[in-house]
Formats: sequence, structure tokens, C-alpha cells
Amino acid sequence: MMADYRKVLFDPLVDNNPVTLQVLGICSALAVTTSLLPALLMCAAMTGVAMMSSAAISSIRNYIPNNIRIIIQMTIIASFVIVVDQLLKAYAYETSKQLSVFVGLIITNCIILGRAEAYAMKHGVGMSFLDGLGNGLGYSAILIFVATMRELFGAGSLLGYQILPLAGDGGWYEANGLMLLPPSAFFIIGLLIWLIRTLRPKQVEKPDYQIHEVHRTEIL
Amino acid sequence: MPEETTSKPTRNRDGIGNTLRVAIAVSLFCSVLVSAAAVILKPQQQRNEDLYRQTIVLEVAGIYEAGGDVEAQFSAIDTRLVDLRTGDYVRDIDPYSFDPLEAANNPELSVNVPAELDIAGVRRRAIYAPVYLVRNQGKVTQIVLPVYGSGLWSTMYGYLSLEPDGNTIRGLRFYDHGETPGLGDQIDKPDWRAQWSGKVLSDESGALRIEIVRGKVLAGDGAVHQVDGLAGATLTGRGVTHLLQYWMGPHGFGPYLQKLASGTANDG
Repeated sequence: MMADYRKVLFDPLVDNNPVTLQVLGICSALAVTTSLLPALLMCAAMTGVAMMSSAAISSIRNYIPNNIRIIIQMTIIASFVIVVDQLLKAYAYETSKQLSVFVGLIITNCIILGRAEAYAMKHGVGMSFLDGLGNGLGYSAILIFVATMRELFGAGSLLGYQILPLAGDGGWYEANGLMLLPPSAFFIIGLLIWLIRTLRPKQVEKPDYQIHEVHRTEIL
Repeated sequence: MPEETTSKPTRNRDGIGNTLRVAIAVSLFCSVLVSAAAVILKPQQQRNEDLYRQTIVLEVAGIYEAGGDVEAQFSAIDTRLVDLRTGDYVRDIDPYSFDPLEAANNPELSVNVPAELDIAGVRRRAIYAPVYLVRNQGKVTQIVLPVYGSGLWSTMYGYLSLEPDGNTIRGLRFYDHGETPGLGDQIDKPDWRAQWSGKVLSDESGALRIEIVRGKVLAGDGAVHQVDGLAGATLTGRGVTHLLQYWMGPHGFGPYLQKLASGTANDG
């Protein structure tokens, strides 16, 4: 039994990571990772919503009519997102302004709806809660990694504290402006996927098609 | 614990009765949850917004010390209420409790903006407006005025800081707007905002000339009234021009600015 819990909770961290294996939730991973603080807040918000909505949906899974199940899931997810957004506006006002629309957009984060549909509709409340937590943490791990790289090499700082003294202020580090632009998040996530799939070749997908190799005798 | 599955007998789960029951129950529960969160957290959010606005007032005046106590810094500013019809200060209303946006909905405290003057899309405004006098050793060094008006999508709310002559701009900052991210929201960019400092509202004849031009400002005698346009944000820029022209015009702070310039504001 213990192994079950562990699997549900820790599998999404590397082995079944929602971002690097399933390649979901990329939009917010690009948008909120220019610096570490908003990324941390976004992770907390997303993980909170994933846990609560998975548990709530699981608790009424036997009553949800099949033909309106998606809209029920969306209603529950949206409600939790609004609650989290209101909480951030009340207790983390400055950072919530930086996150702007992206907290609201958690509603459309495929990871949450995906877990609700694929897991919470079929499993008990406790397990669904853990599954939400695990996937939230898997998403968070990637976001925190990307945000750390971007803030450290883009601005020479972490959480606003200067780590690498900038050349502009008399230090030695020339800030890499590309890191602060959205494409760099793509590069970092891409390299990360490459790294993980090199270490765990099982994650490599089978090619959809293969280019037919033409032998020179075939050309007339 | 054995894994629970959906083996529970589901008596007609997909029937119309159950569908309606579940839909109504979920909607009710969710609306109570959302409303409760909104109502309970409202006071704290209001406080954050007030603090943020005060920070913007301090910033536009260039006297904000980051990390300091905003309320203490703000209390050093002299907040007054101006009657926009006459340009005189109003004494019998507490300027701190007066909310001009709320008053705009109160028929006794507001007027319609005549359509031909309403270039900024204000429609209805309060008859009083707060002004923030920044003093240095008793002497007024800057006047911060609240301004708002329509941009491309949204109403833009901001503060304009003027020299005591009521004609030279020190700074312009918006604290709330819903303009396009990446295009219209360039009005928040520090290097664009920096251009406003030193610009002049009206020329010698008293005509209001301040405007955002298309492209770069060309050297010439008009340049002192002009600010660079923002690429991709022509309509937002036009909104900013219009809201300044309305609020600095005769139906806005015009009478007050004239009294400031002539030194006859009933400063007491």
C-alpha cells in the first residue's frame, strides 16, 4: 500500500512529469519564469488548485453525470482558482500584479483538467489529493528550475538578491538578456527534456513515421 | 486500503433528474465558495490597493523611498479636495474619505460631462477631486492630480505631477489599466515615462497643446508639448492625450490650474 502512495506522489516528479514527459502546461512555464519569486507563487497556486480540485472532484465522482462531467470539473477548478487568486490579491499583492492573468489562466492549465479527468474520476479522495499534490510538485520542480536558470543568468540575481555581480554595476558578469525573453524558457525546457530522456531512455517516444531511405538503384 | 473504483451502483446517474440535481448543487456550492472568498478578503485587498495608489502618488512625485513605510511617507503629503467648477479648495469634506469614482455615481456629487467635451470617455465625474500637494519646508513644490480616461480597451487611471506653476509636467504614471500586454501597456515603461518630465501643458496663449505624437518627437517649437508615440499603441497613446486634455482643460482642473498659475488659489 505504501508503495502506491509513493508512486502516486513521486512518479510525477521525474518518471511521469507533466511538463517534461507529457509536455503540458508550457504556456505558464514560459510566462512566469523570468524571476524566481513569481514562479514560486505560481507553483504554490497551481499545486493548491490541483490538490483541492482533484480531491473535490473525486469526492463526487460517483454522482457526476457522464454527459456534463467536463463542465462540472471546470466549474470546480475555476472556483478554486478564483479563491486562490483572491487570496494572492489579499496577501501577496505586489507579486500577484506581476503574475497578472496567469493565475486566472490556471483554469485552462491542461495538467489540472487532465488529472481530474484521468485520475480523480476513477480513484478515491485521498489518492486523488496525493495525485494532485504530486503533479503540482512535478510542475513546480520544472518551473523552479527554469526560473532559477533564467533569473540567475538573465539578471545575475536570485529572489532579488544579487548573486553574480553585474558588469553594469562594476562586477564581472555580463547579463544574458535572452534569458529574460520567453524563448529562453523553451530552450531550457527543451534541454531539460533532452537530459531526462538521455538518462531515462524509456521516456523516448517512438517516431511517428520514418523517412524512407532511397537507394540509388531506385532512381530511374 | 483497497482502491475504490466506480463500482458503486449508480441508479440512473445520467438521467435528466440527476443531471439537474448535480449541476445545481455544484453551482450553488461553488458560488458560495467564490462569494465567501471575495467578501471575506475584500477589506485586505482594498487596503493593498490604497497602499499601492499611495505608492504611485509618491513615485510620480519622485519622493518614494523603496522599502519605507508607505503610509508614513504619504502622510507627509497634503491631501486637499478641489471644487472643479470654481477651482477652490473644499474644506467641509474630509479628503481622505472622499472617493471620486464612487461619487461619480452619486447624482448629488457628480455632473455629466457634455458630449462635445468628453474626449476622454469619462461620461460622468465627481464635482470634487482630490489633489496632493507635496511640500518642502512649507512651500508647495509639486501638485499631483488624479486623471483617468478611456484607452483602447479599458479605463486608464493614473496620476499627473505638475510644478507649482500648474503648467510644467514632472511625471505621469498609471496605476490601473487593461491595455494590451506588450503594446498598450508600454505606458508603464520607465524610459517612456521619463520623457514626460519637463513637458509643458499649454503654450503662451493658454492653448492646451500637450499630446503624444506618432513616432518620434521632431525638434521644433512644438517639441516641448510632445511625447514620443509608442509603436503598436497608437490608440492607447491617443487615449492618454485625450485624458490629459480633458482633465487639464476647462471642464477638468482648468479653473484650479489658472488659480495656481496666478497664485490666487485660496491656500490657507
